[in-house]
Amino acid sequence: MIRRAAVVASITLTTLSLPAFAQDSGTLKKIKDSGAATMGVRESSGGLSFTLGDGKFAGFHVELCQRALADVQKQLGLAKLDIKYQPVTSQNRIPLMQNGTIDIECGSTTNNAGRQKDVSFAVTTFVEEVRIAVKANSGITSIAQLNGKNVATTTGTTSVQLLRKHERGTGVNFNEVFGKDHADSFLLLESGRADAFVMDGQILAGNIAKSKNPGDYKIVGEVLSVEPIAIMVRKDDPAFKKAVDSSLSALMKSGEMARIYDKWFMQPIPPTNTKIGLAVSEATKAAWANPNDKPMEDYAKK
Amino acid sequence: MSTWDWQVFCKETTTGDVAPSCFGSGGDITYLDWLLSAWGWTLSVSLLALLVALLLGSLMGILRTAPHRGLVLLGNAWTELFRNIPLLVQIFLWYHVVPSLFPVLRGVPSFILVVMGLGLFTSARISEQVRAGIQSLAGGQRMAGLAMGFTLPQTYRHVLLPMAYRIIIPPLTSESMNIIKNSSVAFAVSISELTLFALQAQEETSRGVEVYLAVTGLYFISAFAINRAALFIENRVRVPGMIGGGGH
Repeated sequence: MIRRAAVVASITLTTLSLPAFAQDSGTLKKIKDSGAATMGVRESSGGLSFTLGDGKFAGFHVELCQRALADVQKQLGLAKLDIKYQPVTSQNRIPLMQNGTIDIECGSTTNNAGRQKDVSFAVTTFVEEVRIAVKANSGITSIAQLNGKNVATTTGTTSVQLLRKHERGTGVNFNEVFGKDHADSFLLLESGRADAFVMDGQILAGNIAKSKNPGDYKIVGEVLSVEPIAIMVRKDDPAFKKAVDSSLSALMKSGEMARIYDKWFMQPIPPTNTKIGLAVSEATKAAWANPNDKPMEDYAKK
Repeated sequence: MSTWDWQVFCKETTTGDVAPSCFGSGGDITYLDWLLSAWGWTLSVSLLALLVALLLGSLMGILRTAPHRGLVLLGNAWTELFRNIPLLVQIFLWYHVVPSLFPVLRGVPSFILVVMGLGLFTSARISEQVRAGIQSLAGGQRMAGLAMGFTLPQTYRHVLLPMAYRIIIPPLTSESMNIIKNSSVAFAVSISELTLFALQAQEETSRGVEVYLAVTGLYFISAFAINRAALFIENRVRVPGMIGGGGH
């Protein structure tokens, strides 16, 4: 273990100090030398990345990473590539990427300018739209109608800040209620403590799909924010980023990407065999048609 | 790993602009303002819950030593109920389950619910300490009090409790410090206290280390202040010659 840690440390140092020699060092060399790659995954990030229990992980981004790593294996001419799965959280995913614990992160990380100072992102594979979920019989159809209402969102997400900005910009006043996780926030909506739940569209769709009566809820209103979600790789490692990017771009071009999306978002998925039922958005289609790694700030300008 | 950036606390929470004085003006809120307000919530929850816990815990602890089977049973049941269920589960029950059983409670602010939840949980622990304190006194003290013509409540008030409380000041101090730390569960019911601030601010600013260090510091200061206050009280009320009373 100590020797491995030393190798990782030396590779990281080399990568930082000698970016020009990235082809000879970096993640590709690490994978080639060790015959293994570590994938950062999430326990519960909707259909993007989730656990099946028993140390197994699945989801749209997990499958994309598996395919990208298979291409990397081919490129390096490795007979066998051992993929390790390391669960990460919003708090530790960037430090773990920087210190070399994980080589590729396949969760639900928003590509924004702040994070680009610390890590790099592969081409955007999913564009998230922040929306509002309400009870179907509430009659609420837009943010303006939330004046004086209780609005739930989850602690530790960017949606909280987004709500604050929106409240300020429009003068619509609502009470924020914070759930400690997405399931808790949805419970606030379900139990009537909150009139709306503001969160990433795919998380809302996933929670509604898993609820007792999915017909009781609907996703309404304007899109509050558009966020490019991408697979995360180490910064200043152009060779590895290029390998991942070209693998993903090939999937986009061939239309295979759309089929993988359909598998995770439109078909029943394990472990409960429920459908998320979130059709691919126009923004996501645009990202596939024109592969890019633009940060969230570029989306806001439009 | 990387260099510190303490200026993060001077940033305005919506725009991210750095405020010159580190405190927001004209409705602007900086992370420092937010941190201090979160500290206020942590202290309010903790101190009010401590008050509830001391009152109810003392009452239940006394009942458990009363010469009456029904009262002892009530005190024991209370203690076992509240100390055998995890705190977070209790808070969850108060917030989600109880109001759905009793719709009247729906209107109760979550602040009151969490003060009651934390207070009742801690009251079970305090009741155990009060009971232990009273039972550690020699049995003759109660009998002597009664023989002097005191009524039972008077015996408790003037003979038993003054000594019992002096004996249990050290565990009560720990309990009071625990309540500060346990108040972090309030984030689960949407109280904007230190833990919620930490989770949220580190996500918004990406400066997790600075945010957590500041929050850790405030928790430490709060708990340590309680510790010093308790030590002061312990020294003031010390009776030489009694248990814990020090030398002559």
